[in-house]
Amino acid sequence: MIMLSAVDLSLAAGLVLAMAALSWRMQLGLSGQLLIAGTRTVVQLLLIGLVLKALFANVDLLWVAGISLVMLLAAGREVMARQQRRFTGWWGFGMGTGAMFISSFAITILALTTMVATDPWYDPQYAVPLLGMLLGNTMSGIALALDRLTTTAWQQRAIIEQRLMLGAPRLDAIAEIRREAMRSGMMPIINSMAAAGLVSLPGMMTGQILAGTPPLEAVKYQILIMFLISAGTGFGVTAALWLASKRLFDDRHRLRLDKLTGPRN
Amino acid sequence: MVELERLHMSALNVIDLHTHERGPYSLCIAPGECVSLRGDSGSGKSLLLRAIADLDPHDGQVLLNDISCTQFTAPQWRKQVALLPAESQWWQDEVGAHFPIEECPWLEPLGFDTETMHWQVSRLSSGEKQRLALARLLMNKPRILLLDEPTASLDNDNVVAVEKLIEKYRCDTAAAVLWVSHDTQQAARVGDRHLQLTTEGIREYAA
Repeated sequence: MIMLSAVDLSLAAGLVLAMAALSWRMQLGLSGQLLIAGTRTVVQLLLIGLVLKALFANVDLLWVAGISLVMLLAAGREVMARQQRRFTGWWGFGMGTGAMFISSFAITILALTTMVATDPWYDPQYAVPLLGMLLGNTMSGIALALDRLTTTAWQQRAIIEQRLMLGAPRLDAIAEIRREAMRSGMMPIINSMAAAGLVSLPGMMTGQILAGTPPLEAVKYQILIMFLISAGTGFGVTAALWLASKRLFDDRHRLRLDKLTGPRN
Repeated sequence: MVELERLHMSALNVIDLHTHERGPYSLCIAPGECVSLRGDSGSGKSLLLRAIADLDPHDGQVLLNDISCTQFTAPQWRKQVALLPAESQWWQDEVGAHFPIEECPWLEPLGFDTETMHWQVSRLSSGEKQRLALARLLMNKPRILLLDEPTASLDNDNVVAVEKLIEKYRCDTAAAVLWVSHDTQQAARVGDRHLQLTTEGIREYAA
């Protein structure tokens, strides 16, 4: 494997600087954002590199659990931040986070104990990246699905209530909206499974190949990851939508949009 | 004594209902009775109907044949205490998809036929929607009808058809009807008793 030197990275950084200069000349107003984002990339990735280095040096379940928790909370915050109308109070954060916890952690542990079968099962070299990929994708799916569910319910409140008036139970009254939300949550992973290898080379596989792994080994890992992600996203989105659909109503099957916050601008 | 008697034989009984910081509202309707309800716009007629149908949170009691609303599941309650909103909603492409079964005995008296079930919802006029919404509601065989201006967008012939049909349904099934109408003539025509909704509550008036 070819190691990158500081000079190599500086050359790449030079390209970003050049782009920032161009943007400044053209008055695009992007140069500031570009430089800040670039700096964040360097600092955040160096930090996580150091954390992973320390983690790999001391294989300890407590440390792995600690960093997993940090990742989960960050993902939960991200899901909440992407909602146009989120649930008020603790639910706004807890719903997405809970669904991600159940699906991502269960799937990661299953994969680590059976398919990848590392020793010990929480070996951070496998556990952390695996969980990270699962959380990242489940997060996008849940954020999309929840946002779709709550905004559509808001727009179609009259229809939902009409169905309630005709005696439909709450989950029937929102069934189509829930199905649509499920579809939009699952679409990204279905698309990327369908396009894998034809349109794009998945990032993880590219990384492994660059690091010198034989292509077929990298492909096998990528297939495993894709399957885990689609199952994890599917279960996570299902759980989140189930919780959210019930939460949109009260126990007398009344649509309670007052449990959602106002629109975010 | 009169109150007790009425309480005993009422189909719908509303006692000290509070909703959306309005009320208290009390009213009762006997089986087979039709009661008209009027009130200025914004006086909360629709909110009152929504609360009786248990669509909005409320305090106080609502009883169907002396059985409290809370004894029913919410879907059961709404099938029996049926609310016809001022504006009906349709969510499928075809009319028939909104009906539990294809055979609907209420189509013909409202001026429709079996072909209507295959009509596109997007091509319905507001008057057709209003009449079809009534036919759809009656499919649940409700025991209480809460009608929010059910003839607001209808021409005279259809107003007569709707009034006749509700009258017939009421006589055949002894259903109780609460009929919101702005039209004082209609209220006098269809109502056995007449109620007015004010900020203080509900009072009865002579037509």
